[in-house]
Amino acid sequence: MTDMAEGPGAGPGGAATVPPEPGPGGNPLPPSSRNEPEPHGLGASVMPTDTYAKAQGTFPYAADLWAEGLLWAAVHRAPHPHARIVSIDTEQAAAMPGVRAVVTYADVPGDSAHGRKVADQPAFARDIVRYFGEPIAAVAADHPDTARLAAAAIAVEYEVLEPVTDPEVSFESEPLHPDGNLIRHIPLRYGDPDLVGEVVVEGLYRIGRQDPAPIGAEAALAVPRPDGGVEIYTASTDPHTDRDLAAACFGLPPEQVKIVVTGVPGAMGDREDAALQIPLGLLAMRTGCPVKIAVTREESFLGHPHRHPTLLRYRHHADAEGTLLKVEAQILLDGGAYADTSSDALAAAVSFAAGPYVVPHAVIDGWVVRTNNPPSGHVRGEGAMQVCAAYEGQMDKLAERLGLDPVEVRMRNVLATGDLLPTGQTVTCPAPVAELLTAVREAPLPELPKDAPEHEWLLPGGPEGAGEPSAVRRGVGYALGMVHMLGAEGTDEVSTATVKVSGSVATVMCAAVEAGQGFDTLARQIVQETLGIDEVHVASVDTDQPPSGAGSRGRHTWVSGGAVERAAKMVRTQLLQPLAAKFGMSTELLSIADGKITSYDGVLSTTVVEALEGKELWATAQCRPHPTEPLDGSGQGDAFVGLSFAAVRAVVDVDIELGSVRVVEVALAQDVGRVLNPRQLRARLEAGVTQGIGTALTEHLRVSKGVVRHADLTVYALPTALDTPDIRIVKLIEERDVVAPFGAKAASSVPVVTTPSAIASAVRAATGRPANRLPIRPQAAVGTSQPGV
Amino acid sequence: MLPTTLDEAVSALSAVPAAVPVAGGTDLMADVNSGQLRPGALVGLGRISEIRGWEYQDGHAVLGAGLTHARMGRPDFAALIPALAAAARAAGPPQIRNAGTLGGNVVSAAPTGDALPVLAALEATLSIAGPEGARRELPVSHLLANVDMLRPSEVVGYVRVPLLHAPQTFLKATSRTGPSRALASVAVVLDPMRRGVRCAVGAVAPMPLRPLEAERWIASLIDWDGERGLAPEALSAFGEYVAMACIPDPAPEEGADPASGPVPALPPAALHLRRTVATLARRGLGRALA
Repeated sequence: MTDMAEGPGAGPGGAATVPPEPGPGGNPLPPSSRNEPEPHGLGASVMPTDTYAKAQGTFPYAADLWAEGLLWAAVHRAPHPHARIVSIDTEQAAAMPGVRAVVTYADVPGDSAHGRKVADQPAFARDIVRYFGEPIAAVAADHPDTARLAAAAIAVEYEVLEPVTDPEVSFESEPLHPDGNLIRHIPLRYGDPDLVGEVVVEGLYRIGRQDPAPIGAEAALAVPRPDGGVEIYTASTDPHTDRDLAAACFGLPPEQVKIVVTGVPGAMGDREDAALQIPLGLLAMRTGCPVKIAVTREESFLGHPHRHPTLLRYRHHADAEGTLLKVEAQILLDGGAYADTSSDALAAAVSFAAGPYVVPHAVIDGWVVRTNNPPSGHVRGEGAMQVCAAYEGQMDKLAERLGLDPVEVRMRNVLATGDLLPTGQTVTCPAPVAELLTAVREAPLPELPKDAPEHEWLLPGGPEGAGEPSAVRRGVGYALGMVHMLGAEGTDEVSTATVKVSGSVATVMCAAVEAGQGFDTLARQIVQETLGIDEVHVASVDTDQPPSGAGSRGRHTWVSGGAVERAAKMVRTQLLQPLAAKFGMSTELLSIADGKITSYDGVLSTTVVEALEGKELWATAQCRPHPTEPLDGSGQGDAFVGLSFAAVRAVVDVDIELGSVRVVEVALAQDVGRVLNPRQLRARLEAGVTQGIGTALTEHLRVSKGVVRHADLTVYALPTALDTPDIRIVKLIEERDVVAPFGAKAASSVPVVTTPSAIASAVRAATGRPANRLPIRPQAAVGTSQPGV
Repeated sequence: MLPTTLDEAVSALSAVPAAVPVAGGTDLMADVNSGQLRPGALVGLGRISEIRGWEYQDGHAVLGAGLTHARMGRPDFAALIPALAAAARAAGPPQIRNAGTLGGNVVSAAPTGDALPVLAALEATLSIAGPEGARRELPVSHLLANVDMLRPSEVVGYVRVPLLHAPQTFLKATSRTGPSRALASVAVVLDPMRRGVRCAVGAVAPMPLRPLEAERWIASLIDWDGERGLAPEALSAFGEYVAMACIPDPAPEEGADPASGPVPALPPAALHLRRTVATLARRGLGRALA
């Protein structure tokens, strides 16, 4: 139970730095071959076990749950973003045939409020409605339609209040919540606040409200237990926190509430939504029957947290050569009505406000405030994504002002290992930013389609679209981005895992939820690598297991992967020690591969099954990374453990008359520490880039005076296959992070953070417009110089 | 209920007044699935083979209302009515195009229905089947403008469009490269016999708009017997004319003194929409005359 600070120990390759190994054609990922034996172990493209089930539609998701005699739940949601509740009349709904229970705030036996950081969110609105779609009551009935009709029949009398929807107004407006409107303010002061550079560029940037839009909407099943408790089956990615929040609301000890994790249909942090599980558990305990809910897409849009809409004012000071001297920034995050994880997002935004650049002086103020807009919370790269759009916009401006190449300006300022962040923290992990930027700059540009027949061009607007070749301009843009990988500011980032070996089969038990990020596959690979056993099962997750924490920021690769490795090594020692003692040698001299144990000199050779002698071996271990500390009153402190960096080059075609944009190619170079599963890594990077394209061009949940408009996937435009360009992974730098287990860095979120900025930069290059607002609307991509016909 | 003829469908609808006809279901079933619509019964029109093809009738094509977008997008259909084929090909992802029908597009009358500006430009008429074998004709624009409505148990059977044997275009501006709803769309059809240009603008208003003055003006500039091409300036002016007609400046307030201040300007989003319509109309006419 020690921490992992000494490095991965005797793992293959140890803590040594491994140079990148570019593969053929500049593509570092080896091609998969069908004729090779099933890949196994770290570094191989092991297939996830659920791939075929998911592709064939047999994988059980939360929406597929069933229990004999179950009831269906529906939630009555507020039709106003801000209102006083005068009365709630549930009589008519409760009297409807088939309705078994109706619950409101009055039926919450325990704590009336919950929340991940601060308990400020009621399970049901009591006196005040603070956002459009806030739950007011829930109904259980014997048919989903009955439940929905009964929920609609609940009569609530409101006194409608003026909603606060502009975060800038929130500072001065009447408090929306007893805790006040300011959720957090971080005033970061670093170096000389009064310094003025020879060159000063200013900019104002706005980031929209991205929805996580998981492919499967939220669903859950609650089953009452004979001891008065409840079991909730749901696709949570942070089951222990959800259990604790729910138990507090139920007025039960945590042991009487169990959350069982079912198949997760996509997650970006949105699956940590206790708001659904609390009403469901109350209904199950009230009726004594299993109760199921499967929300509609519209409810899903209303209920789960979104990316923080952000307003950023920046001023960069540099010398005449383009060396950055000071960054001034004011960052305002719209937190929605409740605090949720907003303070984490703000910490990331303020700490990374200058980006992966060396900045000797900084004055950065960040605020996150309450509004009556839809809730904000965990979405991949929260905080870091918004500031990336701003600091990269500033770098483009600085380059333009100085008449320099945008890549050159960036290159003059890049961060490296040993440099300081504006929080005063030294970057101790590998930070090969310059190398990443060089890699994307040197990658060949995609060819113009001028030699192809015209009908084969895929112009902005798509096939059969209105695109006109003479009005299409091509732009190339660059961006650098960074994220942190584990929880920050003193969060106890611990994970516990158990490994069991019995016969030729190993089992991993760890409460890290497989949400598509590939943790189950990684756990199998770790055990295969350490114990030489190919058949590895990963047990399903429930809260009877020790906690592993949230699934955000890819932290499970680090903490839970580290715990699995530690446990596997303990099993390995138990397995080898008797043999080693028998032959009078140390266990280090024995190696395991393909189910065989061999001594260093090859004299001893036996199988794992024989060495077990029919015993079962178990071991449980924890991984707890470096402790962190909260940012202090001037935004200083060692708040982060690991950092990950990426460079992106985007190439876009813009129809400068219509303002339609098509991303032609995204070239990505990323600092990954170590490639543990090449195929899975590629899939995660491509997914991250694609999400970034949505952030850059289309994804924004429209809200008018706090009321969500068009909560559907027709108007909320996610990128389709036609919107997704060629994604070239030009370089993966494998410089192992010595403090990370296996030296690997989480990979999914940094492309999400960096891609939108690169696309904005490319649109700037193509149109001459500022593109300082994401997503970039067509009217902002209409070129400044109108061409002829 | 799955009738196999139009009259059977009408009878089924008469027998169960709560029933709703469903063709491809791409609009209707989304409302049913989201709980916004609870029809008492559905009458499926998918088995009525007589409305799934087309025939020719004195210079017109009589198109079955059950033609799918996928069918209309095919080259043989495109040779007949190019703009309708282009609209059908742009009408969403393959799943939607395989199920969605021409009649459904008309009856749903969504502002963004891609076939609608084309039908408006072609001045199509609908043939509507009613009880006891009754048939009536109705201009498509009347239905879309709610001048006339479908009566109980009536079903749209056919859409009658002229065969003009001349270039036609349909252009659509969207927010992404993949299939999506139109932000604005423009259909341009040439009618060399009557020396006319007909243009309709979709998605900017609840129904397609016809800029009649702009049509007449540009038709007078075209040399119908020679090279039909126009100078770029004329095409641009046509685009501006169409856009101003469809997205006019806000009218000054009643009784306001013209000297008291400038007319309130359109918001930037509306100005962009106007610019988009102008571009689409210019490109659409340019391609039709090329």
